[in-house]
Amino acid sequence: MIRSIDFSLMSPAMIKKLAAVEITKAELYDNDGFPLEGGVMDPRLGVIDPGLRCRTCGLTMGSCFGHFGYVELVRPVIHVLYSKLIHKILRMTCHSCGRVIATSPTASVKKCGYCGAENKPVRFEKPYTFYDGETQLTPTDIRAILEKIPDSDLPALGISGGRPEWLIITLLPIPPVIMRPSITLETGERSEDDLTHKMVDIIRINQRLKENIEIGAPDFIISDMWELLQYHVATFYDNELSGIPAARHRSGRPLKTLADRLKSKEGRFRQNLAGKRVNFSARTVISPDPCISINEVGVPLVIAKELTIPVTVTENNIEAVRALIMNTPAWPSVNYIIRPDGKKKKVAPDNKEEISKEIAPGYIVERHLQNNDIVLFNRQPSLHRMSIMAHRVRVTPWRTFTLNVSVVAPYNADFDGDEMNLHVLQTEEARAEASLLMEVQKHIRSPRFGGPIIGCEQDHISGCYILTADDTVVPRETAFCLLSEIGVVADLPAKKTITGKELFSELLPKGLNIEFKSKAGNKVIIRDGKLIEGRIDTKAIGRETGKLIDVIEKEYGPDEAHKFIDRVSLLGIKWLERTGFTIGLDDIELPPDATDAIKARIAEAEAAVNSLIENYRAGKIDLLAGLSASQSLERHILKVLAKESVEDIGKIVNNAFKDNCAIRMARSGARGSMTHIIQLSAVVGQARMLGERIHRGYRGRTLSHFAVGDLSPAAHGFIVHGFKTGLSPFEFFFDAISGRESLMDKSLRTRHSGYLERRLMNALQDLKIEYDGTIRDNRNVIIQFVPGEDMIDPAKSDWGTLDVRAIVQSVLR
Amino acid sequence: MPVEEREINILKHRLVPEHTIMKDEDVKELLEKFNISINQLPKILNTDPVVKAIGAKVGDVLKIVRNSPTAGKTTYYRLVSKEVA
Repeated sequence: MIRSIDFSLMSPAMIKKLAAVEITKAELYDNDGFPLEGGVMDPRLGVIDPGLRCRTCGLTMGSCFGHFGYVELVRPVIHVLYSKLIHKILRMTCHSCGRVIATSPTASVKKCGYCGAENKPVRFEKPYTFYDGETQLTPTDIRAILEKIPDSDLPALGISGGRPEWLIITLLPIPPVIMRPSITLETGERSEDDLTHKMVDIIRINQRLKENIEIGAPDFIISDMWELLQYHVATFYDNELSGIPAARHRSGRPLKTLADRLKSKEGRFRQNLAGKRVNFSARTVISPDPCISINEVGVPLVIAKELTIPVTVTENNIEAVRALIMNTPAWPSVNYIIRPDGKKKKVAPDNKEEISKEIAPGYIVERHLQNNDIVLFNRQPSLHRMSIMAHRVRVTPWRTFTLNVSVVAPYNADFDGDEMNLHVLQTEEARAEASLLMEVQKHIRSPRFGGPIIGCEQDHISGCYILTADDTVVPRETAFCLLSEIGVVADLPAKKTITGKELFSELLPKGLNIEFKSKAGNKVIIRDGKLIEGRIDTKAIGRETGKLIDVIEKEYGPDEAHKFIDRVSLLGIKWLERTGFTIGLDDIELPPDATDAIKARIAEAEAAVNSLIENYRAGKIDLLAGLSASQSLERHILKVLAKESVEDIGKIVNNAFKDNCAIRMARSGARGSMTHIIQLSAVVGQARMLGERIHRGYRGRTLSHFAVGDLSPAAHGFIVHGFKTGLSPFEFFFDAISGRESLMDKSLRTRHSGYLERRLMNALQDLKIEYDGTIRDNRNVIIQFVPGEDMIDPAKSDWGTLDVRAIVQSVLR
Repeated sequence: MPVEEREINILKHRLVPEHTIMKDEDVKELLEKFNISINQLPKILNTDPVVKAIGAKVGDVLKIVRNSPTAGKTTYYRLVSKEVA
C-alpha cells in the first residue's frame, strides 16, 4: 500500500539504479535499420513494436511501461529549472566552509561567521550563468560549493529529502522510448520524436567534449563545448527559456521538449488530465425550430446513425431487435452486437441475416438513436446547471441540431454559428436519473432567482398580445384551424365568431384563477382557466417576468408549464403568420404636431438649463447635500435634461403613435422599449460618460468648436435629433462616446464575472448536501447545518422565498 | 476590560448574532445528532472578537442564533479553535 508520496530531487545514484542501460552512442540504428545497443533507441529501453517482448522486463507492448537509461555527462551542467534555487543557495552560504551565513538570499553577509572567509555576492545571469564577483562560476565550481553544505544546515535553506549538489546534473536520465515513439512515414522513412532528436544532440556534444578533453584541446575550445552541452541540456528541459534561442528542428520549427509537453492549455495537465474526450457524443451547429417542443432536440440522421444505445436482448424484445438488425443499413437499425463473451461484431448488410439468427437473450445490441430517446444537451461555457439539460431526440433529415427558441435562454445560445454538444446516456439508471432531474421542464424555474428562466420570446409575445386585444375576433373555422396547428383539441363555444381571448383561454389549464398587472399597468383577470380581461404580454408569458408561466409551474407542475410554453409560443407565431407582422420606417414617423410639441419641450428644457446656469454664475444655485456648486449644477441640469424632459417627450410620443407593429413590440415587451422608439423617432437625449454629462476633451470644453466654459446642453452631449432624422456631427461624436463606454463596460464586466464564477465553482465544487440535510465538504466537515439556513430550494421557491400568504389563501379558497 | 464596561459593546450590535457557549451534554447530543466528531464542526478562531467577549475557550462549542429574512431564526454551531500558523 502506498502510504505517502514524497517529491524531492533524484540522486545520481538513484538515476543509475533506475536505469536499464547506459547510453553512449549518438547513432540510433545500425546499417540494417535495427536499433543500436547503447543508442538512444536501445531495445532495453522498452518495446514499441507490437508482438515483440521487452528486453528488460519481458512484457509486450502495452504492458511494458518502458525503462529509463542514463548518460554520464563528461562535465556537469546546471539544471535550468532550478537555477533560481541554486542562486539563492549560493548567496546564503559560505563558499569556503559551506555553512549557511545569511537568513535570506537578499541579505548581504560578506564575512563568514564560522570560518571568517570573505564571500562575494554571487550574480546570476539568466538562464544558467553565475558570477562570483567578476569570475564566472562553472557548474563544477558550484557543485563543489554545494557539496560542502553540511546536512545539518539544509533545513535552514528549506531543503529536505535531498542534497543541494543534486541540482547540478552529472547523470542525465534518458526517458524510455515509449514516451517518444518514432513514426514510420509511408515512404518507409523513420521520423523521430523531438525529444529523441534533443537527446541525440546532447550525446553527440558530450562525446565530442570527451574526445577534446582526452586529446588535451585548448581551454577555450573545451569551455565553448561545455557551454554548448549546457545549452542542449537546458533546452531538453525547457525550450522556451528567455535569453537563449530555442533549439530548432531542421525545418526551422522549435523543438517540443519536456516543459512544452506539460505546460499551457494544450499541455498534459489541462488537456489530458483535467479534461478527457468522451464517447457517445456529437457536436454540430444549432438552428432554431419553433415547432418542436422545448424538451426536444432535432438530431441529424447522420448523427443518429452513428450514436448508439446498448440494449440487452431478452425473450421479450428479441423479435423487435431482429427486425432492427434486418433494417441495416437504413435507420433505425443496429451498428454492433456484443456477444456474451464480450466479442464485438459489426452488423453489415451482407451478414445481417446471419446475425439476426445468432442473437439470443444475453446478447447486447448497440442500436441507433431513435425518436424520444433521452440525451444530454450542452453549450459551453457551462456556467450554471441549466447549461446541461436532458432533451428528447427527434431525428431530422438536416445537418444541424435544432432546438426550440424558448430554450436558448438557459443555454445563452443564439444561431449565429453556435455549436452544441450532445451526449447519449448508456445505462438505464442514467436515463432514469436524467428524466427525473435534468429534463428541460424541470429547469423552467431557475435556482438563481426562483422564477421562470424559460418563457416566451419576441414574436410569441407580439402574437399573443395582438391576439388577446379586446377587439380581436376570428371565425370559428379559423379558430379550429389555429388550435389544430398547435396541436390542441378543443371544444369551442358554439358561436360564429370566437374572440382572441377565448381562443387564448383554450391553452390555460382548467380551474386557473389569477389576477395580475400587465406591462401597461392594466388588470389581467383569469377565472377558471378563462381570460376575462386584459391583454397577454411579457408580464404574462415572458421569460423571467411571465406571471402565467410562474403560476402554472407552481400550481400545476413542470409538465403543465412545459405544455403551456410550447403551445403559447406556437400560437403567437401562428397568429402572426395569419395576420402578418412587419416593421418599417413608417412605424416611427411622428405626426407634425407631435414633432412641434417635442421641439417646444426641448426648447423649454434648454431655457430651464440656461436659467440654471445663470443662477449658478450669479451664485444663487440650490446646493445639494455633499456637493459643490458646480456638482450641484450638473445634478440639476441632468435632472432637467435626462429625466423630466425625457419623461414628457415619452408621453408625447406614446400618445402620438397609434398601434403599429413597432409600437406593439415595445408595448408588449416583445422586443425594444418605448425608450428606443423615442430615440428613433424623436430625440436621442443626453449622452453620458461615467454617469455624467460629457466633460472630457479640451481644457474647459468638449470640442474646440465650443467656447471655453460653455455649459449649455449642446456643448456637453445633449442630442436633440432622433436617429431617424439623423444626428449632427457633434451629436454623432457624443453618441459615439456613450456607445464606446457601454461597449467597454460590457466586455470588462463579462470578463470579471466569468473569472468570479470560476473561482466560486472551484471553491464550492466539493460541497454536497448529505442525506441528513447537512452540507459537507470532501473532508466530511459540516459547512451548513440546514441547506441555505432556511431549507428553501430556490429552484422550487417563489422568488427565493416561501409565499405563505398565497399558500394559506389557496387552501382556504 | 469586560465587554459590558466598554464604550461599544459588540454583543449589543445589531449585526452581531447571539452567541452562547454550549453545555457539554448539549454538545454531546449535537454530535450524536449529526453523527460526527467534534472536529467536523465549523470552526471559529479563539481570537474572534465575540469569542473573546463572551470568554469562550478553545474546545468550546458556540451556538449561534441568526436572523434570517426567509427562515426567521436559524441556528449554527461553531467550535472555538486556535489559529494554525
